[in-house]
Amino acid sequence: MGFRILGTGSAVPDKILTNDDLSTMVETSDEWITTRVGVKERHVATTETTSSLAAEASRRALADSGISPADLDLIVCATITTDNVSPTAAGEVQQALGASCPAFDISSACSGFLFALETAAGFFARGTVKHVLVIGAERISKLLDWTDRSTCVIFGDGAGAAVLGACEDEHYLVSELCTAGGSDVIQIPAYAGSSPFRVPSEHDRPPFIFMEGQETFKFAVGAMCEHIRSMAEKIGVDPADIHFVVPHQANLRIIAMASRKLGIPMEHFLVNIQHYGNTAAASVPIALDEANRAGRLHPGDLVALCAFGGGLSSAGAILKW
Amino acid sequence: MTFEKIKEIIADHSGEDTENITLETEYTSLGIDSLTIVEILMDIEDEFGVTLEAGKIGTTVGDLVAKVEEGQA
Repeated sequence: MGFRILGTGSAVPDKILTNDDLSTMVETSDEWITTRVGVKERHVATTETTSSLAAEASRRALADSGISPADLDLIVCATITTDNVSPTAAGEVQQALGASCPAFDISSACSGFLFALETAAGFFARGTVKHVLVIGAERISKLLDWTDRSTCVIFGDGAGAAVLGACEDEHYLVSELCTAGGSDVIQIPAYAGSSPFRVPSEHDRPPFIFMEGQETFKFAVGAMCEHIRSMAEKIGVDPADIHFVVPHQANLRIIAMASRKLGIPMEHFLVNIQHYGNTAAASVPIALDEANRAGRLHPGDLVALCAFGGGLSSAGAILKW
Repeated sequence: MTFEKIKEIIADHSGEDTENITLETEYTSLGIDSLTIVEILMDIEDEFGVTLEAGKIGTTVGDLVAKVEEGQA
């Protein structure tokens, strides 16, 4: 049994934080952020939560698909910023929607949505589900050191979702997941707690996202190029035959370099980092939703999704739209 | 030959004229940011089939040429 995307949705917090706003908080400028990252503005949660953003994106995806919450057989949410470890973000979405199916979270940082999609694919392959809601949702702003100009300018909050439906022909043509291990390049902390018995370690870092920029850049370009070349070969097409690439929106220059190395023109990359920043697991589904709503994707188009990030993890999938 | 090609790659990314790039040219004098250095290294890796680390390429173009030739040996 195959599956296809029946509908997409996304949601972002109301508050927009521009580069000029940020330049009043840390020593930076619109020119510095634009040339090095490609972000002009991002949305930052004030009253919104990871779960509320996930639920709103899900409502829109359900409306787009014409599927009711009662018809969902599974909800999987990819997030590294769940409001609570329990209930999970997926569980909170289930309750908010009034659905009754199993729901759980998975974590693979910025690659999370692709890992969630592959998880859903396993349920479809077993024939145990007909409709699955897959979400990527983050309130990454709570993990940032807002005095560190090298990281706080990059990220934004948001959520994206897709409703998947079983079908006879296969639209999920190929996928790859990769975990390389290690915390030297990127580390995203969890709640540290305050146990009086804990012995401090020399490996302890402040409870904020840590990222080594140059190594992250190199890993990201390499991962994108390898996944797309390898997946294209597996389905017998040239990378240049891919109609659209939906990359993780981490840095515009990562996307530009991958475009050049792959020989896929930038016009084929769906890029929205300038408005949202890096929204971690939410970035791929938000970009996919924007393209879907803009009518840019046509039946039969080859759409490559590709993400990379903490873990180090990376993943790719090629869909036939 | 190695230097000529590296000079071309650096010129391509920095906008600097190849004639102004010598073995003594320091990276800091090229007016490029930290990501441009990685972009240059990745193109050099593709060209010469070597692996380079941004933190281990010295301070001048000559250091980089030596590193690439060492990697090819």
